[in-house]
Amino acid sequence: MTRATGDELRKVVIMILIAERINGMFADVKQAIADKDKKVIQELAKKQTKAGAAYLDVNVGTAAADQEGTMQWLVETIQSTSGGCATPLCLDSQKPDVIAAGLKVVNAENGVILNSTPLNKKSDEEIFDKYLEMAEQAGPKASIITLTMDKNGVPQDIDTRVAIAAEIVSKAMEKGFDPQRLFIDPIVLPVKVPNAQVQPGNILAAMDQIRFLSDPPPHMTVGLSNISQGASERSLINRVFLAMAMSRGLDSAIADVFDENLMNVVATSDMLMNKQIYSDSFLKVYASVNK
Amino acid sequence: MPVPDVAESFAGEVTRITLGATKEEGGTRTSTVTVGGARNVVYGGSVEDASAKPVIAMDVLDSKPGDWPDTLVEPYKDVLDSPGDWAKKCVEEFGAELVCIKFDGIHPDKADEDATHAVKVTEEVLKAVGVPLVLWGCGNDEKDNQVMPKVSQAAKGQKCLIGTVTEDNYKALTAIALADGHFLITAAPLDINIAKQVNILASDMGFPPERMVTFQATGALGYGIEYAYSIQERQRLAALSGDKMMAMPVICDVGYESWRAKEAKLADAPGWGDVKDRGPMWEATTAICLLQAGVDIIRMRHPKAVAAVKDFINQIWS
Repeated sequence: MTRATGDELRKVVIMILIAERINGMFADVKQAIADKDKKVIQELAKKQTKAGAAYLDVNVGTAAADQEGTMQWLVETIQSTSGGCATPLCLDSQKPDVIAAGLKVVNAENGVILNSTPLNKKSDEEIFDKYLEMAEQAGPKASIITLTMDKNGVPQDIDTRVAIAAEIVSKAMEKGFDPQRLFIDPIVLPVKVPNAQVQPGNILAAMDQIRFLSDPPPHMTVGLSNISQGASERSLINRVFLAMAMSRGLDSAIADVFDENLMNVVATSDMLMNKQIYSDSFLKVYASVNK
Repeated sequence: MPVPDVAESFAGEVTRITLGATKEEGGTRTSTVTVGGARNVVYGGSVEDASAKPVIAMDVLDSKPGDWPDTLVEPYKDVLDSPGDWAKKCVEEFGAELVCIKFDGIHPDKADEDATHAVKVTEEVLKAVGVPLVLWGCGNDEKDNQVMPKVSQAAKGQKCLIGTVTEDNYKALTAIALADGHFLITAAPLDINIAKQVNILASDMGFPPERMVTFQATGALGYGIEYAYSIQERQRLAALSGDKMMAMPVICDVGYESWRAKEAKLADAPGWGDVKDRGPMWEATTAICLLQAGVDIIRMRHPKAVAAVKDFINQIWS
């Protein structure tokens, strides 16, 4: 017999996948930006949506000279996909001006994510406030990815990660910004870096605490593919870490939605966490409802 | 300190459907019925989040029932032989917004009537009343597969609600319901996992989930109502959390299940109160209880029980 518990009465958020492929770091996108070839970008938008993307990440990369103009071109190109592409966008840049340029042309009706800001940095103590302001102006469905990072850089230990996350959440609340519009990113580092193998465990431990920072909790996201950067068996590393992180409350990831094995892990984890009702076709239904 | 806003809100919603095709839509119905659309639990959230008003579908049997208790026979005693008149009585005297033709008579263990009979009954009822119809098979897979497609065709374009399809038997009726423009009842035996699976199977055949209604099976007061309640509640919460394969409006069969209970029909039971009131009360209580879990269409039988439940619905959903 199945009886709904208090937890189930809460809004159950299924995994929010932010598709990573529209990024100038990929050769095909870089070339398309250089050639102003809309077709490549629009195909990626359509295919990633079909594969289950909740958001499409948009990153101009490093090659383009005019980053602001390129961001606007990418946003407009995606939004003018033939047959329409209503998938909301995740504007990805470390430069607030580039995000602001994207926001000028983005359709934020279905949501938009500002990706990303640290709590603060040496060159700009107020950077998080700027993002909060931009998100407020972008409308009620605009969210922010905030990195657990401050002017001292990326923390290596558990406690500093959690402390920065706590500061992010309380600062948002002070400004009247709903913590559910925050995506806390505890910063995943490549596992194949000398002495970095302790980091995945630290991140999971930090997630255990971040999810209790507010009720309902802020979202948590990771740049998943980072973890396997330079390693062999990349897809396997990505999806095993994803399953582990989902069990700690991760409810979003910037990831390769074309990786079918990865998508199956998402569906199975959601089901095992009782966020999706089991059915014999649970893999299939996950793919279809996320379209 | 300001009082925090503790109201739960949900991302998903139950599908909203409109049964019945009027003349403008190519049918002959004079009224339509819209159900579903809940964006929160019953009593939860703001008024705008509530579902459309739940409706009662009154049962009309295709053949004279042989095992009904006197209390239930009494209001229909002149019309039990005539489904058309029976339906008319339900609509005109008892205010039914929907009529459910239950094809018990085609069951091989009962009257074993054929498709010709079922089609005739369907046509009679379509002619007699203008409300949308629910067309419900006998539960014998083989016989339903022979007869119900014919029934579906006889009501083609009327936007009826037809069923039921199950995990083991869904292809024939799903295909014909799709072709004839009906809504489909997907059924499971008090098993949420199978319920979801049937919905997926039917949608894999191209039947749009937006035209399905779920039947999780019903238990009456004292006879498993807590199982039915929990499953309805679980489906509703899944729908509200965005599970599109669980977002269908829900139908339950309160009439049949309530009147199986001995408490509803046993005449010789001193101390249990008058049997004339007891049966309708049993049926009304079962219905009102299940309404709290989130149901959209309730199949019922006794006019007194129908009146009591309608009164309750009108008070809550006004």
